[in-house]
Amino acid sequence: MSALSSIPVRVQSVSHGTANCGNAVPILHEVRHALERLIATGEGTQIDLNAIPFGPEDEAHLLAVLGVGEVRATIDALGPTHVQETAIPGVWLIDYRITEDQRLALHLDIGDIPEILRTQRQDLDTALTTLDARLTRAQGGAQFES
Amino acid sequence: MTTIADPMGFLLFTKGPLFNIAIAIFALGLAARLAEILLLGRRPNFAEPRAGEWLPGLRTVVTRTLPDPGTFKRAPFNVLTGLIWHVGFLVALLLFIPHIELIKGLFGVSWPGLPNPFVDLVTAVTLVALAATLVHRLTHPVKKRLSTIEDYLIWAVTFLVVLTGYLAYNRLINPYPLALGLHILTAELFLILLPFTKLTHIFTVFIARWYNGASFGRRGVQS
Amino acid sequence: MTTTKHRVGEHLRDQGVSRRAFLKFCTASASLMALPPGLIPAMAAALEQARRPSVIWLSFQECTGCTESLTRSHAPTVEDLILEMISLDYHHTLQAAAGEAAEAAREQAMKDNFGKYLLIVDGSLPGPDANPGYSTIAGVSNYAMLMEAVEGAAAVIAVGTCAAFGGLPEAAPNPTGAVAVMDLIKNKPLVNVSGCPPVPMVITGVLAHYLAFGRLPERDAYHRPLAFFGQSIHDRCYRRPFYDKGLFAETFDDEGARAGWCLYRLGCKGPSTYNACATMRWNAGTSWPIEAGHPCLGCSEPRFWDAGSFYAPLSVPTDLSSSRILTAGAAGALVGGTVATLARRTVATAATSRQPVTADELEQTL
Repeated sequence: MSALSSIPVRVQSVSHGTANCGNAVPILHEVRHALERLIATGEGTQIDLNAIPFGPEDEAHLLAVLGVGEVRATIDALGPTHVQETAIPGVWLIDYRITEDQRLALHLDIGDIPEILRTQRQDLDTALTTLDARLTRAQGGAQFES
Repeated sequence: MTTIADPMGFLLFTKGPLFNIAIAIFALGLAARLAEILLLGRRPNFAEPRAGEWLPGLRTVVTRTLPDPGTFKRAPFNVLTGLIWHVGFLVALLLFIPHIELIKGLFGVSWPGLPNPFVDLVTAVTLVALAATLVHRLTHPVKKRLSTIEDYLIWAVTFLVVLTGYLAYNRLINPYPLALGLHILTAELFLILLPFTKLTHIFTVFIARWYNGASFGRRGVQS
Repeated sequence: MTTTKHRVGEHLRDQGVSRRAFLKFCTASASLMALPPGLIPAMAAALEQARRPSVIWLSFQECTGCTESLTRSHAPTVEDLILEMISLDYHHTLQAAAGEAAEAAREQAMKDNFGKYLLIVDGSLPGPDANPGYSTIAGVSNYAMLMEAVEGAAAVIAVGTCAAFGGLPEAAPNPTGAVAVMDLIKNKPLVNVSGCPPVPMVITGVLAHYLAFGRLPERDAYHRPLAFFGQSIHDRCYRRPFYDKGLFAETFDDEGARAGWCLYRLGCKGPSTYNACATMRWNAGTSWPIEAGHPCLGCSEPRFWDAGSFYAPLSVPTDLSSSRILTAGAAGALVGGTVATLARRTVATAATSRQPVTADELEQTL
């Protein structure tokens, strides 16, 4: 970084106003439609924000409008996944990241609870066997790490 | 070299060699026509002029460009659609930013353009007006008999230039290089035909209007 | 080979990948392929059952930029998973084996997986009529190697503009007689992943699609996957509102350039270029050329190298010369002047040779 910072480049700040976040507003309207559908039919919607041609300030503008809500959860599978309820109930922000903390995907999930937070049926298949094995080991006086 | 149906190759051909051929024919043909008209001139008039030529000449350039009430009353359709599509055509030709870039590239002069959605709307209106002129020409008993093959030819080439431009801007032909290539091709046809058909009026109309006024002025007649 | 019979789902579960991790992987892959998130459950089901295909990667007249791009794609975990789902049996830059051992590996893989392997090609190659000596591998001409390898391929992926359209080697005057892969292969499913280099996630996205659905994705007229090449840079550009408003940067350092206005006048080829840069971006999603203030060069299009100046607006002819117009105009004026002079002379001659005619003489001619 020392080599980079020694290059005498002065970043000139330009006030963009709302000019560079022209694509955030249509997404907010899409969220509104999805909410109406959720209320009317209970059907959820996922919006992949990576697929939207965002300008440099679009994402910040979108997240600022949506705000921060009550629930925050982190899933530790294939790197961290941060789930955050926004200030709008029913609108969730899901940030899929890899272990190096780089983003894989950023979704808006409009629904009661994001699917990835639920216990997965396929994992339930192993639930009983895992518990039984642990019970047997507990009766043998074993210690558990997690 | 890539494929036989090669839209990018077609676009590059229309933007390269074909453009050079078209613009050369256009420049040569137009200069020949104008030089001929201006050099031949008129028979010398030995009568003493009763008034000046310049002011009445310029006045007719304006008055004959604006629709006069009498003509409008007699042929409102001709005046209205004619005016609409001529203005629309000029707006699209001269105030669409990619066209301004082309003119700047050729002659080094440029001027501000209009926002694209506005030009798009004007183009759509122009297309409708042009289509209406054809329908009118085909159905009006007098116009129908007056029309020659040349009239239909220059209508077609004018309409196609505007239509392909509209289709290209709105991406209604895929792939885009084909759409843009078709637009450039029709524009080149327009350029090639211009000096040898009635399309020359683009350049002679104001000369003719000025001449009329000047001739009246010289004779002391109100222009 | 038992590994090729392995289903992706089993393979991942054996590695202790939980269902949530698998769903996350599917979400990332769907995002790569630009599939709507609603398709993720169907994709997860398909991917569970997918088999690991053998992949043979041939590099011809290329600069290795495409491989550089692929190996620097931004999501190592997911890339690793995708690359683990294929069996990359030959890639002469990446594989450990060299010389005869490498070629033997290629021949073995082609024999074992005949009719089933994926053939990836980067780089153009001298065509059948060109001197084959311009590019050879292990003494075999590129043309012969491609034709041999394509025999047993289930599908062909041409990676990069050189393989897809001929690219830089094919640019005028094309000294090596370079041709694109699609010029030679007509009887196999083929997908072109163009770009110089292609967006790395597009390469893996096509692979993920092939894994999940067992076939190549939907393609455009140039055989490019529509999911990534379906829309022009211009239509997906975040600077598009400025184009529509008529706000343009005129130079690289004016007010407009600083304010991030449209780069059309600086030669942006976005309107005629189809690629995924505007949404997928480069360098771990950091930015992309237009966001960095540089017009699009159109590198994912055929003949991009010969399509005129990178810095001339798209509407400007490739070979501009105002002196040519002036010459033509001068010639025209000369022609017009000659015609006018001749006409005057004809009129003058007619006037001098005019004979008076009486009414009686006229009557007689009737």
